[in-house]
Amino acid sequence: MNIGVLAVQGDFAEHCHVLRSVGVAAMEVRLPKHLETLDGLIIPGGESTALSRLMSLYDLRDPVADMVARGKAVWGTCAGMIMLANEITEEDPVPMGLMDVGVQRNAFGRQVDSFEQDLLIRGLGDREYHAIFIRAPVIIRVGEEVEVLAALADGRPVAVQQGNMMATSFHPELTADARIHRYFVSLAGGPPFDPEAPLIDAPRVR
Amino acid sequence: MVADVLTGTFTVKSGHAQMLKGGVIMDVVTADQARIAQEAGAVAVMALERVPADIRADGGVARMSDPSMIAAIINAVSIPVMAKCRIGHFVEAQILEAMGVDYVDESEVLTPADEQHHVWKHDFTVPFVCGCRDLGEALRRVSEGAAMIRTKGEAGTGDVVEAVRHMRAVQDAIRKLRNLPDDELVVEARDMRVSLDLLMQTREEGRMPVVNFAAGGVATPADAALMMQLGADGVFVGSGIFKSGDPVRRGHAIVQAVTHYNDPHILADVSKDLGEPMVGRSVRELSDQELLATRSV
Repeated sequence: MNIGVLAVQGDFAEHCHVLRSVGVAAMEVRLPKHLETLDGLIIPGGESTALSRLMSLYDLRDPVADMVARGKAVWGTCAGMIMLANEITEEDPVPMGLMDVGVQRNAFGRQVDSFEQDLLIRGLGDREYHAIFIRAPVIIRVGEEVEVLAALADGRPVAVQQGNMMATSFHPELTADARIHRYFVSLAGGPPFDPEAPLIDAPRVR
Repeated sequence: MVADVLTGTFTVKSGHAQMLKGGVIMDVVTADQARIAQEAGAVAVMALERVPADIRADGGVARMSDPSMIAAIINAVSIPVMAKCRIGHFVEAQILEAMGVDYVDESEVLTPADEQHHVWKHDFTVPFVCGCRDLGEALRRVSEGAAMIRTKGEAGTGDVVEAVRHMRAVQDAIRKLRNLPDDELVVEARDMRVSLDLLMQTREEGRMPVVNFAAGGVATPADAALMMQLGADGVFVGSGIFKSGDPVRRGHAIVQAVTHYNDPHILADVSKDLGEPMVGRSVRELSDQELLATRSV
């Protein structure tokens, strides 16, 4: 089982750390050749405008779309969610259009409005998930084939799944609760998801 | 079920810096420059009235920028906007927070307002980045609430030598700390003028407790990749882009160099035909009074 983490910019080291902590080999992806042997790909948090440019410049868009077409699992967190969407509220960045969702960037305001909140997430068991939102995007439209896994109190979705693709507005890679990573690993063909699996020791801080 | 919503926590402050990693933060003095920086792939811009090279040339007292200029930059781009306050000037910091700046740089590039005390950054919702020359200075700033650190280098010179010195000093100190026996920790904490707890935490984790960018003298893609290979999480480029002959090309090239810092073939490609770099001043030619890095440590 090999999961890649797009490493052109953002908190890819944090995702790799969580994956390794749950016993999965994690590979940094900077060029198309790094995608070849992967069972799944995570697009991390970062600046979506920078991710958008670097993905275009190094021809990463088509091979990622091809992975999805071949049924591989792909998950985007925050900026990664923006990149997976097929509609965003601005002209820049240019998303890949792989998931049938509309996304609003910086939906909560500026950094001073970034927040933490406990959420119930469908499929992860009864325990709430501590979600960290940083200059976060939010989903403003979901297509028919998209399942909402979690929403804010006002109903806006912040975690969605469409087949083997997932997107979250928040950053599971910043916490020790690896349930969403384990859930994603199961989508990628790894061991079945166990909601009672223990926390990892600690998230990476940098 | 409506859960508590927490803002301004250290997790969301330091977490924002984690999202900037592997990226380039560019100094800009106008909204147009901010748009160029975003177009080049910057992960954030630092809004200021004069880049460090000009502050150096002009002399006098350097202060927080005019809020209208910062507001114009905030309106021009969707990426995060940082702005500088003077060391210890907590009212400038309050103003920047009120304006919705995404990160405050308590910066030695401006003329210090307090030579004894830095801003008590825990009281703010907005996160702060601070400069350091070594691990002790970094940990003192973290104690005060800094959520991100940058090694200082020597701003406005285009000479990378001090950036290298400071990054190596930080990395060497962490390597040494990892092997330090328990019974030497108290003396080490005293010598570094940091709390024993924070020093023990740093030893345990084996790295700086917050994201650490490099700054001060980066002028080329190779400089940026050098700092990344030395252990930086990302790079600030101050005067190096908009004081060069072709800011668009150079900005774009430095962004790629930070992503592909370990691939010399890509570094060779992106280093081609960038036009004139900033003129630069060797740090060796500066008098002690001209050094910015030694201010309020």
